[in-house]
Amino acid sequence: MLRQVEGSKAVADTVAACRPQVICAYPISPQTHIVEGLSQLVKNGTLENCEFINVESEFAAMSVAIGSSATGARTYTATASQGLLYMVEAVYNASGLGLPIVMTVANRAIGAPINIWNDHSDSMSQRDSGWIQIYAETNQEAADLHVQAFKIAEELSLPVMVCMDGFILTHAYERVDIPEQDQVDKFLPPFKPRQILDPSNPVSIGAMVGPEAFTEVKYMAHKKTQLALEVIPQTAHEFQEIFGRSSGGLIRGYKLDGAETVVIALGSVLGTIKDVVDEMVAADIAIGVLGIIAFRPFPTDAVRAALSHAKRVIVLEKAFQVGIGGIVIENVRASLRGTETKDYTLIAGLGGRPITKQSLRQYLDQACVDSVEELTFLDLDQELADSEIVREGGK
Amino acid sequence: MFQVRIHGRGGQGVVTAAELLAQSAFDEKRFAQAFPSFGSERTGAPVVAFCRISDSEIRVREPIMIPDALIIQDSTLLKQVDVFAGLQHDGYALINSTRSFEELGIAEIADGHPRFITVPATAMAMEHLGRPVPNAVLLGAFAALTQVISLHSVTDAINEKFKPKIAASNCAAATAAYEYVLAMVPTHA
Repeated sequence: MLRQVEGSKAVADTVAACRPQVICAYPISPQTHIVEGLSQLVKNGTLENCEFINVESEFAAMSVAIGSSATGARTYTATASQGLLYMVEAVYNASGLGLPIVMTVANRAIGAPINIWNDHSDSMSQRDSGWIQIYAETNQEAADLHVQAFKIAEELSLPVMVCMDGFILTHAYERVDIPEQDQVDKFLPPFKPRQILDPSNPVSIGAMVGPEAFTEVKYMAHKKTQLALEVIPQTAHEFQEIFGRSSGGLIRGYKLDGAETVVIALGSVLGTIKDVVDEMVAADIAIGVLGIIAFRPFPTDAVRAALSHAKRVIVLEKAFQVGIGGIVIENVRASLRGTETKDYTLIAGLGGRPITKQSLRQYLDQACVDSVEELTFLDLDQELADSEIVREGGK
Repeated sequence: MFQVRIHGRGGQGVVTAAELLAQSAFDEKRFAQAFPSFGSERTGAPVVAFCRISDSEIRVREPIMIPDALIIQDSTLLKQVDVFAGLQHDGYALINSTRSFEELGIAEIADGHPRFITVPATAMAMEHLGRPVPNAVLLGAFAALTQVISLHSVTDAINEKFKPKIAASNCAAATAAYEYVLAMVPTHA
């Protein structure tokens, strides 16, 4: 049903339509509204046959999710920021055990310094955790990706992280067509687990693996995760057939035909980028946009094909690796191997700094004529940063 | 696209006002995006919320820096926050106050902006709701001042958001504010 609704509420209602059997979460802003909404739906009986478990921490949230998923229950949780970091040990176990848990990450910065606002530092820190990661551009897509996430997770028996920008999406009140129950039921069959912990038929999962087989287990996980590169687009296709709208997939191009410059990004900033790119295209600048929806596994071939005519790419990132630079750019470079394509990294939106059309346009105008540094921090107060470095005794 | 920035203080329903405005536009089959300025939410602290209204899909996610209209729910902010930042000559400003522009200390800026008005929204809220919550009242005034949304859509949104009793008194207050502003600026009707 088409509604004007807060992003978190749209996700809560959509997750409920996916008929999860266990939901556990420890509230951390900005995902709090999601699990708050779900707890109400469980309590008032709208969401039937679902156990909502209050846990004492994020570590417990993921641990309970692992336990419930291993017994064959469709399991959901949500977190963000420090909460995600607190559950990390269990996050790796969920993927290692091949448990199809779906978790929302309402993207937020990581301290110190303490910062409650949006960026991608939290989910990016888990890019090597073995989870599938998909990023929503809008609240419509955030809702839709959750429906797809359960299907992808259960088909591959792997956990899926649905990443949506904290506050920018979770707290935005906008138009969302909430997936209808009958359509969700048609799209998403009941969960048929590959392995079940069952006292009447005892098995061990997660037993110790020594040096003689650990490499093989990791290799198998890599191969299994790469299957998602086929399952994700196929799931998006099936979704479109039932719901009649395009959501998800590996990547999404915008005005790429004839684009010499391509701006790459993940998440909600793509909307602002598209508005700027429209203005630039109107001024006869050959520029387009490539949104990456699936970041793990990384769609190297799809990105390579999308960039085959680009002369330069600009990767806008809401997180970075201290000591090197961009994170996404390093993945994109694998797609650019053997080409002459130039690449630039633009770090933007850290800790909730607004990414404005004006600043983006100024940067992109310079980038389109190759007069930007390889690594740029958008709207950096260079003077302030330099004076602080000097004050601290640096150079 | 019509862009509205709402200034107020924590507890005055600033975010709710932006959401009601978006809901009003949605009820008119238009696109709308409402969002708060994200930060610490404390009663009495300055709060900003934004609302964009458009006939096509809204993609941009930046805060509203060049608003078409301002709603200022608390006039004590005038001396504390640069509420008029980015407002153009023909921009609207709806200020909740019983005082004149001179008394508020904004005579100079109001002189350059013909679409500034004050509305005694807190008094109207006290009269109809018995509580000093001016947000819905100001949306009635906003509908009259800008004609961007209809009063009918505002009252529909109020009815969808609140329980019947609170909705009814808010609708009465919004309607009173609508008529107050129409009588004040008949040229906008």
